Amino acid sequence: MKRRITFARVMLPVVIMASGMQLAAADGEGLQVPKVVEAGSALSIPTHAAAKGVLYIVSPAQVLRRNVEPGESVAIEPGDLHNAGHYLALLVSQGTTDKAEFDVVAARQPASVNFLAKPSRLPVSRPDGISGVAYVFDVFRNLVLEPMPVSFQLSDSAGGTQTRSVTTHNGVAWAKMNSAPKAGAAQFQVSVGSVAEKRVVQQVPGDPCNLKMSGQRSGQRMILETAPVRDCSGNAVSDGTIVTFTQSYNGRSEATVDVPLKRDVASTELPARDGSVISVATGVVLGNEIRVGEQR
Amino acid sequence: MKSGRLLALTIVVVTAILITIGTLWPIQTAIAMATPHLMSSSTSPRGAAQNLLQEIRRRHWHAAYAMLANKSEFQEADFIRDLTGSYTSLRSYASLESFDLSPLHATADEAKFRANLNWSSVVGTFHDLRELRVVKEGDRWQVEWPIKREPKVPPQVIPVNYLRWDVIYRGAEDDWGAQDVESPHVRVVAMHPVDRGGGTIILGELLNEDVVPAFVTVKATLLAKDGSALATEDSFANISHVLLPKQVTPFRVDFPKVRLSQVDNVRIEPSSTLVAASADPVIGIEDQKLNPLPTTSLSGQLVNQSGQVVNIAHILGTFYDSRGQIIWVSDGYANRALLPQTPVAFSLPYPADLADKINNYRVVTSTFSVGRFQ
Repeated sequence: MKRRITFARVMLPVVIMASGMQLAAADGEGLQVPKVVEAGSALSIPTHAAAKGVLYIVSPAQVLRRNVEPGESVAIEPGDLHNAGHYLALLVSQGTTDKAEFDVVAARQPASVNFLAKPSRLPVSRPDGISGVAYVFDVFRNLVLEPMPVSFQLSDSAGGTQTRSVTTHNGVAWAKMNSAPKAGAAQFQVSVGSVAEKRVVQQVPGDPCNLKMSGQRSGQRMILETAPVRDCSGNAVSDGTIVTFTQSYNGRSEATVDVPLKRDVASTELPARDGSVISVATGVVLGNEIRVGEQR
Repeated sequence: MKSGRLLALTIVVVTAILITIGTLWPIQTAIAMATPHLMSSSTSPRGAAQNLLQEIRRRHWHAAYAMLANKSEFQEADFIRDLTGSYTSLRSYASLESFDLSPLHATADEAKFRANLNWSSVVGTFHDLRELRVVKEGDRWQVEWPIKREPKVPPQVIPVNYLRWDVIYRGAEDDWGAQDVESPHVRVVAMHPVDRGGGTIILGELLNEDVVPAFVTVKATLLAKDGSALATEDSFANISHVLLPKQVTPFRVDFPKVRLSQVDNVRIEPSSTLVAASADPVIGIEDQKLNPLPTTSLSGQLVNQSGQVVNIAHILGTFYDSRGQIIWVSDGYANRALLPQTPVAFSLPYPADLADKINNYRVVTSTFSVGRFQ
């Protein structure tokens, strides 16, 4: 039963539109319907029908059916016609059919905006690294095709703000922003009229600059610790970043340990073999070297 | 009709011959499964050692312990811990697949054997070498088990500032404009195809250049001159799948059925997914050294620098030539749990023909602790 209803709902607009097209060729007289109607607005359609009939209003997304009394207008309540698109109105009465075509357009007042902000995470100081795309919709989720002013605003954690004003084109507006030199969560906001949507963009530190470690001998072990690791803009590199300490003797690796940064520093211990060289690196960034034996 | 009878007679005769051979010269597996009266006699030193190892193979710990000559030196629980590990590890679920005994010396009342024990586990086999002293007690021979006691960590507090990442993904009810968390950015920083044994092996290194942990895989496709795909494989075991920020893992992808001469191009597709992860424990790799022929391997010690017991440690070795190019990637597992501050030996094999070419190497580990997701 449910399946039959679904089939009927899908096929009904198609069948009606197809028959409407055929009838349009036969019946020259049309209904009095405005050419453009705003989505959701009320509508009164005078019929001048001599007998009882049925008015069908059909679009690919919506079908309305209203009984028509002789000489009366048909009232379409506010919100009944809510899908933007091209509509066909058919008045069927006593074997005759009147036909009219009209468009339903999105309401002028934006009600929501879909905001795509990419990426959600990027390194600091990247020109045009952040992009935002806004799709403006009315209250019935119709894309507002009329040009609308849209404001993009990126506020970083240091208080800096970048603003771009763009006009929508076919319902879409976009802008590009630079990532700030200071790491932190930036608020990326788009505003259209009274509607606003916000995204968070993480601006993360870049690659470490001047990776430097120091070592201290403690019996048979070398206690190693990096200086606070920062990127070239002075941001503390994220905790958890792996720092690799490698001990080599005669050019061959003898010991290695991957240590995560905690509170900006990485520390570990390795055997204190005289003559060995301990180096430090993170990712593809190399730091300084320590020759064991020179700490005595 | 006549040929049918002949066939039946042949089958009966052959079966009888096979049963006789199996009874007189049983294989070790059959011995282990057989009833005790089929086991070797303890009236010889070799028989005593074989009996003991067969009981171990059956995981009959009590029976094996009862056969020992030096029971007074340790308890049965110590014996079991020696064989299966004190903490959950690969050893806990491994079974003794096979063993062989090599005589070292023998006198009238004492003998020594080198026992090479081959254990099988879910990730492959590992070997255990023990020297067994067998002594004569009356008219019977008994084995003195060379007990290895796992070092005990003295009670202490090891301060660890745990660092972990938790991830909140977008929900099903979120609007399509709501962004999801970005996948980590990873990059292949080295790649080298090599021809080995008639097949092709892709060796390389992958860097997590992001600030969040990544679950990574690498898929490689070999392309022919006309651009068609010859084969596609991914690195399954030969990669460290969880990469912390700025961490580098080697990877190896094997194509045993494609010759390098057929390959015109290689397409490498690294993929990454943001995962919750922990930055601990930290594992130091010390005393690394290359062992020469005949058992070419890279050996060393794993030292758990954190306070938590690591149950499984996966070890990956990257081998470089004098130009710094990757020439081999090998992996292995520690068969014992890593206790805090306690070294555990490991060994990574490499092909003997590369012994002269290896100039340097790099070892990384990934760990698993029971009760934690990573």
